[in-house]
Amino acid sequence: MSNELDYLSRRVAAGKLSRRDFLGRAAALGVAATVANSMLSSAVRAAGPVKGGTLKAGLQGGESTNSLDPATFLSQVPFAFGKCWGETLVELAPGGGIEYLIAEEIGSSKDAKTWTMKIRKGVQFHNGKEVSADDVAATLKRHSDEKSKSGALGVLKSIDTIKVDGGNVVVTLKDPNADMPYLMADYHIIIQPNGGTDKPDAGIGTGPYKITGNQPGVKHTAARFDHYWQPDKYGHADQVEIVVVNDPTARMAALQGGQVNMINRVEPKIVDLVKRLPGVTIRAASGRGFYPFNMFCDTAPFDNNDLRMALKLAMDREEMLQKILRGYGSVGNDMPVNAAYPLFAEDFEQRKFDPEKAAAAYKKSGHSGSILMRTSDVAFPGAVDAAQLYQQSAAKAGIKIEIKREPGDGYWTEVWNKQPFSLSYWGGRPTQDQMYSTAYLSTADWNDTRWKRPDFDKMVLSARGELDEAKRKKIYRDMGEIMRDEGGLIVPFFNQFVDATGKGVEGWVDNPAQELSNGHALIECWLQA
Amino acid sequence: MSSPILRLVAQRILLGLVLLLAVSVLIFAGTQILPGDVAQAILGQSATPEALANLREQLGLNDPAWLRYVHWLWGILHGDFGTAQSSGLDIASSISTRLKNTLFLAACAAIVAVPLAIILGLIAVRYRNGFVDKLISGLALASTSFPEFFIGYVLIYFFAVKWQIFPSISTVDDSTPFLERLQAVVLPATALTLVVLAHMMRMTRAAILNVMQSAYIETAELKGLKAFDIIRKHAFPNAIAPVVNVVMLNLAYLIVGVVVVEVIFVYPGMGQYLVDHVAKRDVPVVQAVGLIFAAVYITLNIVADIAAIVANPRLRHPK
Repeated sequence: MSNELDYLSRRVAAGKLSRRDFLGRAAALGVAATVANSMLSSAVRAAGPVKGGTLKAGLQGGESTNSLDPATFLSQVPFAFGKCWGETLVELAPGGGIEYLIAEEIGSSKDAKTWTMKIRKGVQFHNGKEVSADDVAATLKRHSDEKSKSGALGVLKSIDTIKVDGGNVVVTLKDPNADMPYLMADYHIIIQPNGGTDKPDAGIGTGPYKITGNQPGVKHTAARFDHYWQPDKYGHADQVEIVVVNDPTARMAALQGGQVNMINRVEPKIVDLVKRLPGVTIRAASGRGFYPFNMFCDTAPFDNNDLRMALKLAMDREEMLQKILRGYGSVGNDMPVNAAYPLFAEDFEQRKFDPEKAAAAYKKSGHSGSILMRTSDVAFPGAVDAAQLYQQSAAKAGIKIEIKREPGDGYWTEVWNKQPFSLSYWGGRPTQDQMYSTAYLSTADWNDTRWKRPDFDKMVLSARGELDEAKRKKIYRDMGEIMRDEGGLIVPFFNQFVDATGKGVEGWVDNPAQELSNGHALIECWLQA
Repeated sequence: MSSPILRLVAQRILLGLVLLLAVSVLIFAGTQILPGDVAQAILGQSATPEALANLREQLGLNDPAWLRYVHWLWGILHGDFGTAQSSGLDIASSISTRLKNTLFLAACAAIVAVPLAIILGLIAVRYRNGFVDKLISGLALASTSFPEFFIGYVLIYFFAVKWQIFPSISTVDDSTPFLERLQAVVLPATALTLVVLAHMMRMTRAAILNVMQSAYIETAELKGLKAFDIIRKHAFPNAIAPVVNVVMLNLAYLIVGVVVVEVIFVYPGMGQYLVDHVAKRDVPVVQAVGLIFAAVYITLNIVADIAAIVANPRLRHPK
């Protein structure tokens, strides 16, 4: 029986048998549809990518104000289009490690302060010029300059000097950082000729696709670059196209109608309905993004850890996960990191909803009266509902929460990081160090829980410079424990990236780093006839 | 006899221009009152005082407001709207593509909606208070009562997803051939038609019914004219002024008020362009778009006024 199935699946992969026929015959052979489907996709993958065609994506997150200058990238469309036309030094591999692109290898000195990046030879820009170490150094300099206003500035602030040494770029850091290669994977740091200093928005990179059309907020198109350096891995379709579709219903309709091959941001509440549609495949990847309830640890009444603990215990995480994300996520544990991060210790005790303990802690805190919590539609999808659910579960513990719904316009400038108790989201970072450094150091601009603990800062810095992985893991475990028991954030859940593909899209790889397979979907997928 | 008309028309146009000038002052003043400093908005949190000073100098923010207004108006009169702060693109060229798209969609919707509304209105008058009248009014009112996005989704569901006759994504650009462009706007134009139909239809019906009470209609009936001929020859010409007014209002709406339909059908028009730039506090673009929208409204109102003058013998031959 399995021989016959193998034969049939190879016929489908070769395009001689339709998928529907295959599933029908597999059923006749007594094979469940799910098994047959997975056999089919492995056969298709083994048969190798199919070249040709136009791969189209309908994506949320594009505005007519977008620019091609990678330093300005902020939303999803420039991010995904950037992955088509440009490349960074390294990428985050789906498994969590490093995939080397323009950097061939990266080595460090013993103190993790001096890093040498060997630049790959024979990589061409779209203008025909070969990538040199000078281009790389100029790019890093541009993004680490305060004036560039680059989105990667925060990541590159720690760089002290950038030097070219033959075919290498040598970077020295102000403080030791064992995670330095991960910093280079930031999507803003696309290597441009001469660092893009001549014309930042020229759109010339080394990616598998060359820009053919750029209408911000409407449509972006690109055609395969003939001199791309790894044509077997990326760049299968002849052309790629991104259409900006900000309305979720219109996006789903475009996918169903076959006008696009893939979409991002499928709303959790419709996933179960969409799954049943013929030809549509849901691609859900668990990621590092989470939706915190932030409390300011230095502002009354949240400066009292008993009150913070009471509020944490009053959160019904399971219910939240089921009702807000429809199960497309995983419960949080009141720390900003999860198992999708490298060096994460798995043995934390999971915090559970416990109204009695919450009531006891609340009593101990001595607080009385209601607690004001701010939320908004833009905090995260379903944030208003989440606030109401929390209000109910807290009421079971005798804690009164007052909800204030803020307008979406101005939420990020006036409420988040300004008001003592509000809902927010974090997209996650590639490493634990980056996540803690971005938001949980005393000095961090985005310290949105006002978590100011010198001992904790010291732990972050010592973990950062530690090259011994076992020791680092131990420090991160201790940090997680402190966060969980004393920190200012309640984390109901980590969300998943939920994307969808239409008929005949193959080659998708789940990647926890970002949505759309870390933006690689257009360059790594192909169209199966 | 033509000179009083000409004078009236010239008067209207002149009034329109003065109005437009007044609107431009309002728009400029309004954007000045907005809280925050433009230079600060461009540079963001990490701005240094020197960079702020440089940028203020560069943008001419240190000049008095009236001087900036004169510079701005002078530029616009020469077709120069300045550059967008967020993307650095020339506003005039970005707007011209968008404006063309918006006008195209509005024209397509209007070509269907206006004659349809008037004909339906005439039919409703002919069979007034009967079954046909009630059916027409009922359907038109129902289609207007549904929110635009709902009509859009229903159209998408049937025509794009189920039957796959028309595309649900109406993205067009300069290189799109005319026929493809037409095909792309079928669904959004249909949605818009359904939205504006009832207003015009009901107004046509009401205006003609008003005239139908007159003595000369009775005379026409008595001399044995057919019902449709009475409406067409005697009633409608005398009801044109209010109808034209409503038609113009709806045309203006089709141009300046369709952002929801644009979003649903992913149509690159002015509405989405304006919303994006308001979100980014991109003042020059908001000013430019505001002025264009005002010009559209004023122009269409002038046209309505002139049509009313030309259609009305009493205004044509003032005593």
